[in-house]
Amino acid sequence: MATSSTAARTGPNTPSDSLPAHLTLDDRVGLLRAMLLMRTLEERAMNLYRQGKVPGSFYDGFGQEAVSVGAAWAMAAVDRLCVLHRDLGAHLVRGVQPDRILSQYMGREDGITGGRDGNVHFGDYRTGCVGMVSMLPDMMLVATGMAMAFKLRGEQRCALTCFGDGSTSRGDFHEAMNWAGVQKLPVIFVLENNQFAYSTPTHQQYAVNPIERAQTYGFPGVSVDGNDAEAMFEATSVARVRALEGGGPTLIEAVTMRMHGHAAHDDMKYVPKALFEEWRKKDPIDRQSARVAAHGVDVEALKTEVRDQVEQAAATALAGPMPEPESATERVFHPRDADEILLEDGAAPWSGFVTSSEGHRSR
Amino acid sequence: MTEGRNPILTYLQAISDGLRSEMREDERVLLMGQDIGVFGGAFKVTDGFIEEFGVDRVMDTPLAESGIVGTAVGAAVVGMRPVCEMQFADFVSCGFDQIINVAAKMLYRQGLPVNITVRLPSGGGFSGGPFHSQNPEAWFMHSPGIKVVAPSTAQDAKGMIIASIRDPNPVVFMEHKNLYRRIKGEVPEGSYETPFKARVAREGSDLVVITYGAMVHRALEATEDLDDAEIMVLDLRTLKPLDEQAILAAVRTCSKVVIVDEANETCAAGAQVAALIAEHGFEDLDGPIVRVASPDVPIPFSPPLEEAVLPSVDRVREACRQLLEY
Repeated sequence: MATSSTAARTGPNTPSDSLPAHLTLDDRVGLLRAMLLMRTLEERAMNLYRQGKVPGSFYDGFGQEAVSVGAAWAMAAVDRLCVLHRDLGAHLVRGVQPDRILSQYMGREDGITGGRDGNVHFGDYRTGCVGMVSMLPDMMLVATGMAMAFKLRGEQRCALTCFGDGSTSRGDFHEAMNWAGVQKLPVIFVLENNQFAYSTPTHQQYAVNPIERAQTYGFPGVSVDGNDAEAMFEATSVARVRALEGGGPTLIEAVTMRMHGHAAHDDMKYVPKALFEEWRKKDPIDRQSARVAAHGVDVEALKTEVRDQVEQAAATALAGPMPEPESATERVFHPRDADEILLEDGAAPWSGFVTSSEGHRSR
Repeated sequence: MTEGRNPILTYLQAISDGLRSEMREDERVLLMGQDIGVFGGAFKVTDGFIEEFGVDRVMDTPLAESGIVGTAVGAAVVGMRPVCEMQFADFVSCGFDQIINVAAKMLYRQGLPVNITVRLPSGGGFSGGPFHSQNPEAWFMHSPGIKVVAPSTAQDAKGMIIASIRDPNPVVFMEHKNLYRRIKGEVPEGSYETPFKARVAREGSDLVVITYGAMVHRALEATEDLDDAEIMVLDLRTLKPLDEQAILAAVRTCSKVVIVDEANETCAAGAQVAALIAEHGFEDLDGPIVRVASPDVPIPFSPPLEEAVLPSVDRVREACRQLLEY
């Protein structure tokens, strides 16, 4: 399903009639469920933000759910991810519980960072994810370093990192692409091209599409319809197999559209109406819903189930405490005599892992 | 130091010895840097390492400081113990973001320690000019989550590089280039750690010079025979966290304090020491806190200009003499 960039950008939103051999119906419903959970959670969080319960600003990935959900679905438990702020779906696929995410948004003690950082600025090391920093795309190098360690130790694992179109202008994009190419590392770079970096359109970001630049770093770049979770899964799977076979990195451009503002305060007046309308017809959840409905799945029941789950999570999060002020100065340094903490394996729900048990192989 | 049963090593050989010892003991230790492998490093700290440990563990990296630190962070959180060499401390500015924003804040934000060591060959005194002479330690002292160490002797250099590698936090290891081959000392064989605490380099009770790194030797020279005064020299060894107890104890003993930094004066490590004493040691003082540091100018290239900037033996001696007479 990886297509040329032109086709991906204009691809029609028509459901595929045939099940891809590698995705069972359970997988396809799982992809939809994760996207629904991401959207419903973020809608609930926006609601909490408007009620004054989420401090700071609020950032979401509305319209981009397929990118992180599809990519994370292809990753094994032993693989490692660096996730971006519009990729909540990846955290859900890896097993982070919804109530902890809402607690995170509200700065509560039970949030993943315990109130030390906000929004999707988190990584739960128990799920094999490293949280992002605001300086983009710093995590490209961290993922490259994880892949470097895997290769040095001869392990069959890979790392994946997401970043946006704006990130391609910074030096760390070059340093990571070059490093990964030189050392032929098992790393997957997922470029989420959502058309705007805050208000800056891509034509003011680069003169040459990064996909074309990939080959100059010594590895392939593929452009994928980022609003198609199954296309994202397939492209990531191909890149992962390539990485594990020693073929080196892959750059995947997920062509999508940021359907909300940069953050809750942004009215997006700089986005042409026609462009917005065009992308509204390509909603990734509508697309996946149509696919599974064609196989007899009750999508409305699924939506109700997800809504109930989110309401329960909200109730749990709202009942949770704020952090103790005294704790603000704790955990700046890790004690020498404390246990070593490393990234741990996350959930890997793809049927291909579950049946082969590859996803549960220990290091 | 007197000749004992231990070998006499230069400061540089002691760092090499510490790295080698820890690499033999712990296969997770990985050296990364520019020209450190085949060439053995710009200063030859890792000379011969590639023959013993191979290209994977003595990694010649692309010329990319942010890349070196960023990939080291990634390797660390999956179980490696990377030691990064910046070819000169000055170039760490190109890797600054990865240290400050990624490595230093990881534990606080998400409970994930980042065990990396970043070696910074620092300091002036040999016409390195504005880009090969800096002492950037205060940049890191100001950022929570990073330990900053600066040994002044061969024995401490070995013990502190080993302790830095074993410390589960990001450690910035300041190694002064002017000590590399000029300073020698007895260095115990095998593996040992030097704690991240201050050390009394010379006992005394009339005045204490508080300093670190290359300036420890300058302070010892300047006060060796100063009007029969008993002058203590306190070697901080670790700048973050500061050994506050040792500093305040020295102030209690001596009551007169001169603080020497080779770094530029404003917000230097010594400024923090002065603030600490002003806050918590005021009652023990018998005179103003005196500071000697490089003025706030880039370190110039030409010898007379550089000598005019870096704290000299004469400047340190004169500062002590004036304070003794206070």
